[in-house]
Amino acid sequence: MDPLIELLRNNSNRSPKEIALALGLAESEVTARIAAAEADGTILGYSAVVDRLKAGDRRVTALIEVRISPERDGGFDRLARRISKFDQVRDCFLMSGGYDLAVIVEGKDLLDVATFVSEKLSTLGGVLSTATRFELKAYKENGFLANGGGDEERLPVSP
Amino acid sequence: MEYDNKISNIIRDLPRSGIRDFFELVIGRTDVISLGVGEPDKPTPWPIREAVIRSLEKGQTSYTSNLGLESLRIGISEYVTKHFRTTYDPKTEILVTVGVSEALDIAFRAVLNPGDEVIYHEPCYVSYSPSIKMAYGVPVVVQTREENEFALMAEDVEKAITPRTKVIALNFPTNPTGGIMPQEELAKIAALAVKHDLLVFTDEIYSELLYDGRQHKSIVEFPGMRERTILLHGFSKAFAMTGWRLGYACAPAPLREAMMKIHQYCMLCAPIMSQMAGIEALKMGEAAYEDMRQSYEQRRNLIVSRLNGMGLHCFNPGGAFYVFPEIRSTGLTSKEFAIQLLEKKSVAVVPGSAFSSAGEGFVRCCYATAPELIAKAMDLMEEFVNEVRAKK
Repeated sequence: MDPLIELLRNNSNRSPKEIALALGLAESEVTARIAAAEADGTILGYSAVVDRLKAGDRRVTALIEVRISPERDGGFDRLARRISKFDQVRDCFLMSGGYDLAVIVEGKDLLDVATFVSEKLSTLGGVLSTATRFELKAYKENGFLANGGGDEERLPVSP
Repeated sequence: MEYDNKISNIIRDLPRSGIRDFFELVIGRTDVISLGVGEPDKPTPWPIREAVIRSLEKGQTSYTSNLGLESLRIGISEYVTKHFRTTYDPKTEILVTVGVSEALDIAFRAVLNPGDEVIYHEPCYVSYSPSIKMAYGVPVVVQTREENEFALMAEDVEKAITPRTKVIALNFPTNPTGGIMPQEELAKIAALAVKHDLLVFTDEIYSELLYDGRQHKSIVEFPGMRERTILLHGFSKAFAMTGWRLGYACAPAPLREAMMKIHQYCMLCAPIMSQMAGIEALKMGEAAYEDMRQSYEQRRNLIVSRLNGMGLHCFNPGGAFYVFPEIRSTGLTSKEFAIQLLEKKSVAVVPGSAFSSAGEGFVRCCYATAPELIAKAMDLMEEFVNEVRAKK
């Protein structure tokens, strides 16, 4: 992978100047390459990884296992893209194994998610079945431990 | 009681580590950004820690062979063969120790008679001179210089050789400078060792941490060197295992056996938990440190560029995780610089003078620290340098 993209994947909150120094590039080149990666869709967007409990976010998240029937032209893509377009859908992946799509949905409460599944998702033509699993607690998100790290103490000065 | 005459002359006359003096100024302060450490900023990789938890659950808490667990020695032999292209017999030529510090200590004790001379290079890690003295040897210093990016020059070594010289001790990449050895200079030093029939101790603790696509080559790989070299290595730096205190020595059987005699009486064996961690670390191999190495390289680029940008001359070191900027242009001594920077800006660096008089005029900054903190520390250091210069 491009080291610039890898650096941004680990921490997108670094200034182009800092990235330029770390990679030994000119700042203008870093800015240009980031802009190009944004323009061609290599970089889809930026967001902070948040401990939702600490942030007071009481919404619920569910992983919905969806089985769908593939179409003659295009396989799973058309339906998967259609499902992805709903605002409630945070992530949507095609999976190997016992079901086809893993759809991660956020809603303001259980009923909200249940309504979305029963009224929007299950009723789509081509959706064969759904199984909804609610998330209870997050221990690690996007590579970051919740309540983790920071408990290792280093001496401030050592040989 | 009058204690002065109760303490051995050698120990009484040993200086305290300059690091400890500085440590006492910093300890207890919570607001400090520290570039003063000598270890990775991440804890030991989780698979290593997890393997040790499992070994404790299984009740593996006993003594091991004095030499260290056989499976660990086999792992070390394979690792050393791969990284140093030199093969040691796990049964007769490898000893597992409590860190490289112990390995260095018992290596000196195993070979030195009182008055034997050891050539080593400064600035260096704090324990070289004291370890030699504690083994009744005579430390003979060769200074490395900034103009050579702190590499050791063979002609300087040659001038230091006398009929009493027994050992040349090397440590590249070096703490505190980050200096590495050009291969042609290493070849010349190897030739000197052969010509004068000297032993060489090579402390390889930073050998995995090399940058800019460099491949490490140890002095043991040069012609005639395997028979006269004690290769010292450990897990602390590459595998982020400083607190486990696990190292090893590889040497021809008679030298290993001499070291083993000391180790068995003073240490018995390295802690079994640490040895279990070592076995898992070697199974992970490069996967345990390659990401960190790449990240260190980026942090090095960042810090070298910032230091030069604020007018503190700093060469681009090829290894370890330290930079050694020259601070003479501020008109301050190393110690004044470090203390004032700590007091005024709450940034901790270590005065170069803590690593011998050859380090005066420099400070050591460790970049095994989060990039955000490095950037913040550099902003504060730049303010400090500008304020000092404005006053001049």
